[in-house]
Formats: sequence, structure tokens, C-alpha cells
Amino acid sequence: MRRLPILALLLWICSIFYVGIYLFVGGFLLVRLEVNRTSTCADVLPPGADVARGDFCLKEPRFRRAVVLIIDALKSDFARYDPENTSPRAFENKLPVLDEMASSRPSQSRLYTFRADPPTTTMQRIKGFTTGSLPTFIDVGNNFASSAVLEDNLVHQLGQAGKRVVFMGDDTWVSLFPRKFHRSLPFPSFNVKDLHTVDNGILQNIFPTMEGDDWDVLIAHFLGVDHCGHRFGPDHPAMAEKLTQMDGVIRSVINRLQNDTLLVVMGDHGMTDTGDHGGESLKETDAALFLYSGSPLFPAPSSQVEPEVVPQTDLVPTLALLLGVPIPYSSVGQVLLPLFPHNNSRAAPTGLSQAEALWINVKQVNRFLETYSSMAKDIPADSLSHLQSRFTQLSSQYLSSVSKGAPPSPELVASMQAYLSSVRETCRASWARFSPVKMAAGLLVMGLACVVCYVLSELSLVVLQEGVLKMPVVSGLVVGGAVAAGQIFMWGFVEVLWCVGVVALITEVMVLWRVRRLSLWLSLLPPPLLILLLRCSSLLSDSYVISEGRVVTFLLFTLVLYVPLRLNWDGLLVPGPPPDTQKPPGLLPPSLPLSTVRREGAALLVSVGVLVGCLYLSLSFHSCREEQGSCQPSAFLTPLSRVQDSRMRNLHYVLSLVSLSAWAFLLHRWLRHYGNLNCTSVTVFTARFLLPLASICMGLHWAVSATPEDSFRNLAELISLAQVALPRVAFGLLGLGLLLLWLDPLTVFLKTRAPLNSRAPSMPPPRYRASTGISPQAELHHLIPQLYQRIRRSLEDGGSEGAEADGRPAVEAYGLGTVYSAPLILLCGMLGLGLLLLHPEGMALSFLLMLLQAAAVLHLHTSSSTLSSLQSHSNVFSVPWAPVVLWSLAASQFFHATGHLPTFPSIQWGAAFVGFPQGHSGTVLPATLVTLNTFASHILFAVGCPLLLFWPLVCEVRGTRAGRSGGGDDGEDVVMEMRLRENPQQFSSALLQLTLRYLFICGAQVFASVCAAAILRRHLMVWKVFAPKLMFEASGFIVSSVFLLVGVALVMRVDVAVAGLFQKLLPQNSR
Amino acid sequence: MWDVEIRGMASAHAIIAASIFMATVMPAVLVEKFSVYGTHLIWLYSVAGSVAVVNIAVFWLLGISPPTKKNTLSYKLSKLIRSCVYLLLSCLFFHTVIVLYGAPLLESALETFSLAVLLSTFTTLRCLCVLGPNVQAWIRVFSRDGAMSVWDTSLQITTGCSIVGAWLGAFPIPLDWDRPWQVWPVSCSLGATVGFLTGLLAAPLWIRWHRKQLTYKLK
Ligand SMILES: [Zn+2]
Ligand SMILES: [Zn+2]
Repeated sequence: MRRLPILALLLWICSIFYVGIYLFVGGFLLVRLEVNRTSTCADVLPPGADVARGDFCLKEPRFRRAVVLIIDALKSDFARYDPENTSPRAFENKLPVLDEMASSRPSQSRLYTFRADPPTTTMQRIKGFTTGSLPTFIDVGNNFASSAVLEDNLVHQLGQAGKRVVFMGDDTWVSLFPRKFHRSLPFPSFNVKDLHTVDNGILQNIFPTMEGDDWDVLIAHFLGVDHCGHRFGPDHPAMAEKLTQMDGVIRSVINRLQNDTLLVVMGDHGMTDTGDHGGESLKETDAALFLYSGSPLFPAPSSQVEPEVVPQTDLVPTLALLLGVPIPYSSVGQVLLPLFPHNNSRAAPTGLSQAEALWINVKQVNRFLETYSSMAKDIPADSLSHLQSRFTQLSSQYLSSVSKGAPPSPELVASMQAYLSSVRETCRASWARFSPVKMAAGLLVMGLACVVCYVLSELSLVVLQEGVLKMPVVSGLVVGGAVAAGQIFMWGFVEVLWCVGVVALITEVMVLWRVRRLSLWLSLLPPPLLILLLRCSSLLSDSYVISEGRVVTFLLFTLVLYVPLRLNWDGLLVPGPPPDTQKPPGLLPPSLPLSTVRREGAALLVSVGVLVGCLYLSLSFHSCREEQGSCQPSAFLTPLSRVQDSRMRNLHYVLSLVSLSAWAFLLHRWLRHYGNLNCTSVTVFTARFLLPLASICMGLHWAVSATPEDSFRNLAELISLAQVALPRVAFGLLGLGLLLLWLDPLTVFLKTRAPLNSRAPSMPPPRYRASTGISPQAELHHLIPQLYQRIRRSLEDGGSEGAEADGRPAVEAYGLGTVYSAPLILLCGMLGLGLLLLHPEGMALSFLLMLLQAAAVLHLHTSSSTLSSLQSHSNVFSVPWAPVVLWSLAASQFFHATGHLPTFPSIQWGAAFVGFPQGHSGTVLPATLVTLNTFASHILFAVGCPLLLFWPLVCEVRGTRAGRSGGGDDGEDVVMEMRLRENPQQFSSALLQLTLRYLFICGAQVFASVCAAAILRRHLMVWKVFAPKLMFEASGFIVSSVFLLVGVALVMRVDVAVAGLFQKLLPQNSR
Repeated sequence: MWDVEIRGMASAHAIIAASIFMATVMPAVLVEKFSVYGTHLIWLYSVAGSVAVVNIAVFWLLGISPPTKKNTLSYKLSKLIRSCVYLLLSCLFFHTVIVLYGAPLLESALETFSLAVLLSTFTTLRCLCVLGPNVQAWIRVFSRDGAMSVWDTSLQITTGCSIVGAWLGAFPIPLDWDRPWQVWPVSCSLGATVGFLTGLLAAPLWIRWHRKQLTYKLK
């Protein structure tokens, strides 16, 4: 077997795909440029204004102090109060204080809907309402790795103005604003299950702090409501409790509030009906904003048209001007006018009038626009010049009215507001911008990579013999180096992206060129690839992406039905009619024995049935996107601890436990059936003990985590210990198992019975003596099947009682026939258990379905390849397209059937806490766990991909393959996977072909979603549907390809071990 | 001989196609507010009924049915009963397949079953007419060398086209266009009908085109 060329080729293909993805994503998901400049007090002075009128920083601000209470995920619905509602749900009417204040003291308080900009994740929101800027898409992924905010922001400005900012609550703030607070009391935020630590920590400190005098701005970020939503959903008694607690907090704060203090109560985002957030549906973006002050806050109670909805960016300039600090440099918000006195009424003693505030705001926004457009060219020039001219006009109007001493007209105020709104809209529109050149380059590299993958998979045998890789890679590297040198020469720096892209492109073109010279015709588009084509084109439509789970199942179902129909069309499924007497017998095609056809046909139909059943059942494990209106997420997705009905909980638990044990049992059963559990190697130890032990740990862990918190108070410590220990033990056992599997992958049991010299004469002599004059390598190749067949034959003889004494074999090797597939299956089994542990308990059923469906696909492939074995003329081991397409579509199908969706809010963050209920200190481990959880099915199917090659050999029946492999009269024996060792060349090429085909299918899907994102980049749904789909598809490809390589590497590891085994055996036995 | 058979088939197919057309037009006279989308089930059953009747009549008149060994009344009766049972079973089979393909299980079961009836009329009924209630012959017909007459070939083509048409008809359902024909099962039954018509048109043409390659065994 040629290990190195295969691995090199696969690595190369994977890396050109990666380069393509990298290039495209680099052009598609651009980050908004951060303007690292800060506003100062001098900025807000009008040009030529006299100093006496003044630097407004020196003036007495409207408010000396402010208390900002951020209640995470305070949805706008939570804050409303409806006295008519007699039977409020858990989240309704629980914050009466807001309504009380707003109606009883209308001049002091007001309640607004506070609309966040997507993405509605907490860190993006904190950035948004401190800098006043708009978030970009790429920030979504940074939720784990909070890093300091470098742009100008409110906290920084307050600090510059000498205000003492005291912070308490969510520790994200401390990582975003390191060393900016006068005092900070951070509490761990990551543990979603913990409803009380952060809130209680704040409650212990907020009132003493407020009563003291060591603060000017107090920020308190409560997390309980958000965590309650994530854990129980909004409609749960715990939410009522939490909101009532918040009501009390707000009341106490109001009671302690002094007249010079502004109180802001706000939510950073809302939540969906399941308590999650991150997207851009109104349920997620609409939070509540409540403003209150002891002194009259709203100069004109109801004279003005009130804004219904306040954009979240508007808080920044408003707070800045009310507290007397400059507006942060890159804010694009607009001051909240009702908070400022009318121009003509000088009722308010201090502070800016509406026109003044707006003027400062307009100037700041205009300056930011100028700076930004000088740094980046992404805002279209015509809209920029339009805005510029509007600003000049406003500026002259305002300055003339000020110099006349007359208050600015309401029209001017309105047009300043309009200007600010249009700037905000322009920014929103242009920060979703792309780099077309990079995108095109990425598309080109990926498209060519797909072509290369397809061509090489068709020509795998030739490719392996000739070795096509060396020259192209060398020349690619040379050209890439030249480009890098050129870049240094021209610009003085290297842009790695382009160099890597050039290398990838050159190698692809060169490989294609070389393969062209080999000039083998490619087969025409076979129907299974038509299904793949449909699948890929379905990624171009948002409706199909939204209902992707069903689309994939539909296509899979079609392909499953296609296989038997096609076999019947070829006349292979049912035993043919008695031979036609009219034709001369020589022209008759060779046909399989009737019994074989009957058996395989029946097996085929059974596996089609199982497959169809699995497909249909898997539909009931889907989750729901927000776009799917009337969809109910699967009941199995709810973690047991959230199921309130205890009978349902017990039922779910038992079902999960049954599927878990079925998973372990099936695995064990298979290994035992093929004799892989006899020896004393460490792998067998793994299969026999570690696997069941890990399953038991998982079962116990589920039981422990399902217990309601308050039911066993006296055992609380034990339970929390078990919640940490059990999953960790399970992970540890599985990890140990994987390690042992890698160290010693053989599951072959060798038994030497009798002294060799006495047995040797009774053995049948080998058919051919390869040991004369041929190289040791060839001898090995010839002797191994001999040895194996001898073992096998003597084993069978030994089965009967009479032969026991006499026909004892010299060596018995159990499990040699499944030497390749047994470790692979063990690997899949252990990985599956580990991944299942990261899912909600109910998904055990889905994992069991996955196992059954994989087995059904394998058997379908086996039967159909047996039935059509006489027709195919290519490589004996070659796996046709249909099963590979089935296999890879099944990976997408079970991505959905394990409750995942290609959207960010649907990521199962709970996976990060399995075994770590207290949260994490780093970010690598939780990110890994969440990735493993998300791409579980991709991982399992990618690792198990080589099984498609082995399965027909594992299920080999006597006499079916004999004719094909041309084994002559020895063909009667069932040699199973040892055939692969007989034909190492064909084995290598088939393995390469299989993996390349799998990679091609995955790569084609990524390419399609990349095309979708590129073509539909101005589509309404691009950020909601296509961009997340692209991210998920690309990450799925990366994970799949890595684990595909792991699977192939394990096969090679086994191959090495088998070779070693035979080296060790042969000298003893055959000479 | 070829020309005669093909011409006969073409005219038979034309009659069937015309019956579909009539079934679409005629109810508009009899039923108030008739439209293919609005009163879809009426349209569907009128098409299915007329296709069934015309099919049986045409095949009976042309005398294309498997040779019978016995000609007694009881034998004919049992054959008729078996045919009906087969038709019913095929409706149930199609219903199951459609549900497995993702149609709702309980709600709109009537619509699903109607689609199954339509599909059975387009496929199973023709099989029954041409081959009789003989499942083995059906399986044999749908293999590459299984066709034994031009009618078998036409059966292959029309059946394949109807099923592929219904399959393609499922494609627009998830799209968010909010058109009346996206309602279940309108697009599928329309697809099946269009596929069937295509098959009726394609079969004589295809056979004429390939008449050199087609070598049927003698019956
Ligand atoms: Zn939040
Ligand atoms: Zn949250």
C-alpha cells in the first residue's frame, strides 16, 4: 500500500480547498475598519465661537451622575404592563414598577422599545452601546474571545472627563474595558446554568455603593434573566421569579436615587420564544429602555412626537451629552431629542437645548464620516458627497441662525435629524461590503479544486502510479515565492493571502495540465451526481436553505429508491428468466447463482426499508429556524432538566438509556461476530471494558443532570460533584480508548496450537512457492493469502468434532478478515459516544438512528455491488458514486437530525458545560467542545468513510467475488479484507478514489454555498441565511476533511500493523 | 408493421391526452367556480376518472392484454377482482411513499391519498391494462431488456415520466412565492399530469426514432 502519496495528495487537495475558503471569506466577511481616534472636549466647539460661551465640558452638565442597570435580555415584552391581563404568563406583568413610574410621573420617566442591531449577542451589544457604532458580521465569532475595545467609547470618555465609573456584574465588561473602571466587581458570566451568582453579587454591592460617594457612573449588568431564558425559556416560573426580583431591584434603586442622577434601565437584546438570541428577528432585537430621574427629565411631557422605537446606538450620544462628555468618535447615533429642552423654552436650568445637542451630534458624525472615508473606500462616493453637501448646508444655516441670536427653526432641527438618520443608514448599507477580487479568486481556486478532485478521483490508479504532485507543487511554491518577493519589492510588505492563493492556483493548473496529458476520458455525469447537483443548487435559494433538513432527506430518499430501480433496470435485482435457448450459449453473460441473487436482492430490499425508516424517523429530531413559522422543535432537543412533567422526563430518560445501550451493544455484537474480541490486546480491552464503562458513566450523568435542583437538597454537593466527575470520567475513558486504539489497532487473535514441525507435513503444501528467486516483498504478498487461507481452512475443519484431534491448525487467527474495519468501527463507536455526551440526552435516539442508517447504507452498497459485480469492469474495490453520495448526504441529514441548524443562535452552547458546569477559564476548550457538538455527524461520517470500501469485503459471500478477483481455484475461500493485501495497488487506488470522491462531494457543497453567498450578496437574506450557511458549510468541510484524514490515517496505521504481524508470523510458520 | 403499430399507439395516446383536456374543461360547465387550483380535488378526480375510463376502453378495443388461458367467466371475474385489489394496494403504496417523502402524515391525508390515486391511474392502471394483474411481469417490464412490445416500451416511458413529473412537482413547494399552485398537492398532481402527457407524446416519437434498435421477442 502506498501510504505517503495518498496522504500527500489528500493533504494537498484539502489545503487548496482551505486556501479557496480563506480567500473568499477574506473578501466576503470584511470587518469594519476601526477608527482609533478619540473625541476631546475641544472638538465640540463651533469654529470661531468665543471661549466664554464655552467648552461644554466645563459647563455644568445636565446630570452629575448616572446609574445604568443593564438587565441582559430584557425583552420589550417583559417591561410592558397590562392591568387587564388577569392570567399573565410567566414573563408578563412582572415589572410593574416601570409602568407605574411612567404613568404616575410622566415628566420624570419614560419607557421605550430599544432596538438592538444584529448580531444580538451580548458582547456585540456591549460594544454597540458603548461605542455607538454598528457591529459587523465577523464579530459574531468573537463571543468566546472577548478582547478589549479599541475604538473610542463612552467608558473611556467618562474616564477622561474624570468621572469615576464603577462597574459590577457580567465579567465580559472587564475584558472589553480593561483598567478603565474606577472600581469593578466582575462575576463569572459564562455559566448559563447559574442564574444567581452574578445577580446576587451585584445586589450585595450595589446599594452600599450607591449610598457611598465614591462613584459618578454606576454600571450594573444583571445576567439572571438571560441565563434563565437560555436554561428554561421565557415561559417558566423561574423567569417570573427572576423578573420580580428585578422589579424589586429597580424600586430600591429609585428609592435611593438623588435628584442629580439619571437612571437608565435597559436590556441589551431580547430573546426568542426558546430563550435564545443572536439573530435579527424582532423578538431578539427589541429590548426595553427605561429612563428615570428624580428631577423632571422630559421638559415637554407630551407636546412632541415621541419616538416609538429607540435604536441602540442613540443611547451613546444622549448619555454623553447629558453627562457632559464628548460623544465617542465613531458613534453614528443620534441624540434622543425628548430629553433635551426646546430651543425657545429655557425652562431647564442647565444643559444643552435640542438644537445645540443636535448640532454637536451632527458635527461629530460628520467628522467621523470624513475620517472614515479617508481611511477606507467602502462608502460609495456619491452618497458621501451628497451627505457632505447636506452637512455644509446645515452648518451654514445653523451658524447664521446662531449668529443672529435667534433660536434655530424647527425645520432646521428636523433636517439635522434627517441628516443623522441618513448617515446611519448609509453606514449600515455600506458596512456589508465585499472585496470582489478576493471573492473571485476564492471562487476560482475552489472551483478548480473541485474539478481537480473529480478528475483525480476518476484517475486514481494512474495518479498513484505516475505521481503527479511533485512538479506542480514545486513550481507553485516558486511562483508564490516570486509573488511574495514582488510584493516586498513593490509595496514593502507581503500579503500572505495573495501568495497562498497564487500557489494554490498554479498547482491546480499544473496538475490539471499533467492529468490532461494522461488523457483518460471521464465518465459522463452519473445519476447520483445529479442528486448532488440538485443538492448544490438547492443551496442557492433561501427557501431551500431554510428547509434544508427536509430537502436533504428528500434527495436522499430519492437516491435510496434509485439504487434498486437501477438494479432492476439492469435486470440484476430479480433472478433472470431461464437462459434463452435462441442465443448461442457463448454469448450469454456470466450470471450469479440464483440463490445469491435471491439472498442479495432480499438483503438489498431490507436495507432499503431500514434506510427509508431511518430517514423518515430522523425528520422528527429537527430543530426550527425562526423563519419557519409554524414549526415545532423536536421534543427530544429539550435537556431533561428542562422537561417539567416528571413522567415525560422519565420516559425520555429511559428511551435515551435504551438507545445508548443499543449503541454499545450493537458495536460489541458486531465485533464479537467477526471474532475481534478474542485476543488480549489493549484494543480489545478498550472494546470490552472502556466502552461499556463510558456508557454507564454517561447514563449516570444524564440521571444526575436530570434531577431537579431542589429535590435532593441534602445531596446537592454529591450531585454537583457527580456532574463534574461523571462526564470527565467518560471523556477520559474514551480518550484512553482512542489512544490505545492508535497504539495497537490490531484485533487479531493468534493461537498457535501444536509444535510446528509435527504439523507441517500434514498441512497442504502451498500452491505456489514464491520463495524462490523472488524478492522478499513479493513473497510476502503471495504468502499472506496462503497463510490466511490455511488458517481459515483449518479453522473450519476444526469446527467439527472429529477433526478436532487431527486437523488442528498450526495458527488460528481470529478477526483477520475484519482487520481494517474493526478498529475503524471501534473508533466510530467511541467518537459517537463522546459526541453524544455533548448533546442533549434525547439525541441518543437520533444517534442510534445514525448508526442504523449508516449500517443500512453499507449493506445497500454491499448488496448492490455484489449484484452488479459481474458488470463493473473497473477496479475491484472501487466504490461507485451512489453510496458515497448517500454517505455524505447522510452527514448533512444528521447534522439537522441532531438538532443543529446553520444559524448562529441555534448553536448548542450547552455542550461547553458538559463536565465543566462551573464554566471555563480559557476559550480553546469550550470552543472545541462546541465545534465537536455542532459537527458531530460530519465527524462520524467522515471517519467512517473508508468503511464503504471494506464493507463488501466484510460481508463477502462465498463464490461471489471469486470470479472477479480472478483468484483461480483458490477463489472458493472467503478471504474478506485480506483481499486488500493481495492487491495493494488496487487497494491504494480505491482508498484514494473513495476519499477523493467524498472530498469532492463535500467540496462541491461548500463551493455551492460560496457561490450562493457571492451571487446573492445583496439579497435580503444574505446575513440571515446565506452567510451563516457559508460559515457552517465551510467549517463543516474543514472538520470533515480533518476527520476523513484521521480515518485514512487509521487505515494506514492498521496496514502497517498488519504488515508487521505478517513479518513476525511468516518466518515461524511457512518455512 | 412498425408504422401501423406506432400509428395506433399515437392515436390511442392522443385520445387519452384529449380525455385529460376534456376532464379539465368539462367540469367548468357543470361545477360552479371550478378551477384547477381552487377546486383541485374535483379536477383531480375528474382527470383520474376520465383517464381510467379511456385507458380501459382503448386497451379493450385494441385488444392489447395478455393472452388468457381460460376464458371462463369465473376466471375473468377473479382477474377483475385481483386487478381492483392491486389498484387499491398501489394507491396505498403510493400514499406511503408520498408520506415517507415528507408529506404530512395526518393532516391533509385526503389530498395525499388523492394524489396517490392519480398516480395509480397513470401508472398501475396502465400496467393492469397492458400486462394484467401479474407483478412479475411488471417487474420484468421495468428492466432494460424487459419490454416485449411497443406497448411495453410506452408503458416504461409514461410511467417513468409521470413519476418523475410528480417528483419534480414537489420542488416548488418550499419556495416562499405564495402562489396557489404551491399548496399541497397541487404542484405534485400537476407535475404528474404534465409528466404523463409528456410521456404520451414522447413514447411514439421515441419508439419511431429507435425502431432500428428495438427488437422485441415474439409473444
Ligand atoms: Zn445579553
Ligand atoms: Zn444570552
